[in-house]
Amino acid sequence: MTPRPLLEIENLSTHYVSSRGTRVVRAVDEVSLRINAGETLGIVGESGSGKSTLALTILRVLPAAARIVSGRMLFEGEDLVQKSDEDMRHVRGKRIAMILQDPMASLNPLFTIGDQVAEPIRVHEGAGRGAAWRRARDLLKAVRIPSPETRVTQYPHEMSGGMRQRIVGAIGISCEPRLLIADEPTTSLDLTIQAQYLNLLRELQREHGLALIFITHNLGIVAKMCDQLAVMYAGRVVESGPVSQIFNAPAHPYTEALLNSIPRMSDSVQRLTAIEGQPPDLAALPRGCSFAPRCAKAFDRCRVETPPEFRPGHARTARCWLAAAPSTPEGILVHSGAA
Amino acid sequence: MSIQTELIALPPRAPSRFASLRLGDFPLIPALILGGIAFVAIFANLLAPHDPEIGSLAARFRPPVWQTGGSSQYLLGTDQLGRDVLSRLIFGARVSMVVGFTAVIFSGIVGTTLGILSGYLGGWVDQVIMRLTDTWLALPALTFAIFLAAIVGPSMWNIVLILGITYWTRYARVTRGEVLSLKEREFVRLAIVAGCSKFTIMRRHILPNILNTAIVLGTLELGVVIIAEATLSFLGVGVPPPEPAWGLMLSDGKQSLMVGRWWLSVLPGVCIMLMVLSANILGDWLRVKLDPQLRQL
Repeated sequence: MTPRPLLEIENLSTHYVSSRGTRVVRAVDEVSLRINAGETLGIVGESGSGKSTLALTILRVLPAAARIVSGRMLFEGEDLVQKSDEDMRHVRGKRIAMILQDPMASLNPLFTIGDQVAEPIRVHEGAGRGAAWRRARDLLKAVRIPSPETRVTQYPHEMSGGMRQRIVGAIGISCEPRLLIADEPTTSLDLTIQAQYLNLLRELQREHGLALIFITHNLGIVAKMCDQLAVMYAGRVVESGPVSQIFNAPAHPYTEALLNSIPRMSDSVQRLTAIEGQPPDLAALPRGCSFAPRCAKAFDRCRVETPPEFRPGHARTARCWLAAAPSTPEGILVHSGAA
Repeated sequence: MSIQTELIALPPRAPSRFASLRLGDFPLIPALILGGIAFVAIFANLLAPHDPEIGSLAARFRPPVWQTGGSSQYLLGTDQLGRDVLSRLIFGARVSMVVGFTAVIFSGIVGTTLGILSGYLGGWVDQVIMRLTDTWLALPALTFAIFLAAIVGPSMWNIVLILGITYWTRYARVTRGEVLSLKEREFVRLAIVAGCSKFTIMRRHILPNILNTAIVLGTLELGVVIIAEATLSFLGVGVPPPEPAWGLMLSDGKQSLMVGRWWLSVLPGVCIMLMVLSANILGDWLRVKLDPQLRQL
């Protein structure tokens, strides 16, 4: 008896097509995901695994060469794939907001903070300058910026890095979106500011009932921030499910390898294991499972046939033949509610 | 030995972007010349000792005051119709200034708009505008301007219009290049994901960021436009005769130059040279100051 998810992505594929149509890069391939209101979904994966393209697809702000080839994106019951460009513009920033990879460079150097925080409010709600500025001041207060009354009239160069980041956060929540997509928002920050920012995002999430999609390659942040996790490899979601379950018992060898490559405080003896090899070329995927060439547990079937999405547990999925049978050598948890 | 520390008072932070225009190497003389010409142009009515368009035939070809035969009534002499050269130069400054500035602003608006549209929208819009620019550049600008002037007929405002639609290509090219790099900047992307329309992004995020470049280009183009106006007037397709334009005066004086009446063509020539040179030096200084790559931070 789960409520209808806020965003339900089904079989979504986004391909980059070269101008003559000869080369097709499957950046996002048959991805299915769901996120409930107020939840945090972490998306992890190596560079080039399609995480950012997925985020851009959700907002439909893809570069000209990209095509949404198939699939549905049901957001509050409406299919975002079918919406017109003009309708999508009213979704962006108002119902789904996004924080970009480099929030430090996300502010226009020529405008005051107040103008920039007020901009989405004026665009989407047609508010006057005065009213929008008052809202901007409140928003700065909400993201813990000291003395917002004077800060609204200042310019980005007068702010510290951490402040600019929080201002970008304020722009994100300015129209009270239902879903906030954060695409590696902390990669350009040092660790202390990173921690502060993550705390702030969590507080904002709690206060505004936001759903958050958190794109990162840092599993430590996932453990801290997220309820659900989706692991992407070569454009596909190879494993998804609740964070705690995946961390305890990964169903896909790739996830397992990722988890083994994190240094742990507990055992200092064991060497860190790296994943051998390179991620595949998305324009020329190998036959069968795309992780098979690097997988320690691959067997004959993996190299021939692409595994479908199996359900090794309640609300979990894994694209691996090993997850198909309940009696896999890894002893994957199979819950009673398994589909 | 004790270590002594000194407190050094740091200068206060610059409040605006124009504060970075430190005045150390400010080209004072060109600025004074341009300012002087502007002043003369504005107050021409009060400064000119005579009517620039009406002369007395009894007082033709008077040399300047310091030469034999010159009188203090006509400080810089008179022309073939007995008109006071000084007064004509003063009113000519007005023509040069008005034509120069309005043509630069007009071509700037045309070129910058097309450049932004071309760079930001890309695709076929970009193709059409850029091919149009290429075509325009392939035409010799002056010949094209003469051709247009011959069609629409001579008048000061026609000249502004003609120069505007002849010299917009540089703005379009440079602006497009800037826009191409600007639109990949993070704040433009943020504006896109925040749901701003294309028009809003171009107006609020792109335009303010290329204004610096457009202003620098404008000052550099000022000299070109003034020369072009003088050339058109010299060739007789510019400002029509009774009005005092420097190019026209040059042209009028050229026949009697060989007879030794040098003041009729040399004086307006000097005026044109000083104005163009000043505009170019100022423009070059601005370019260095506003270009972040050349600016010493």
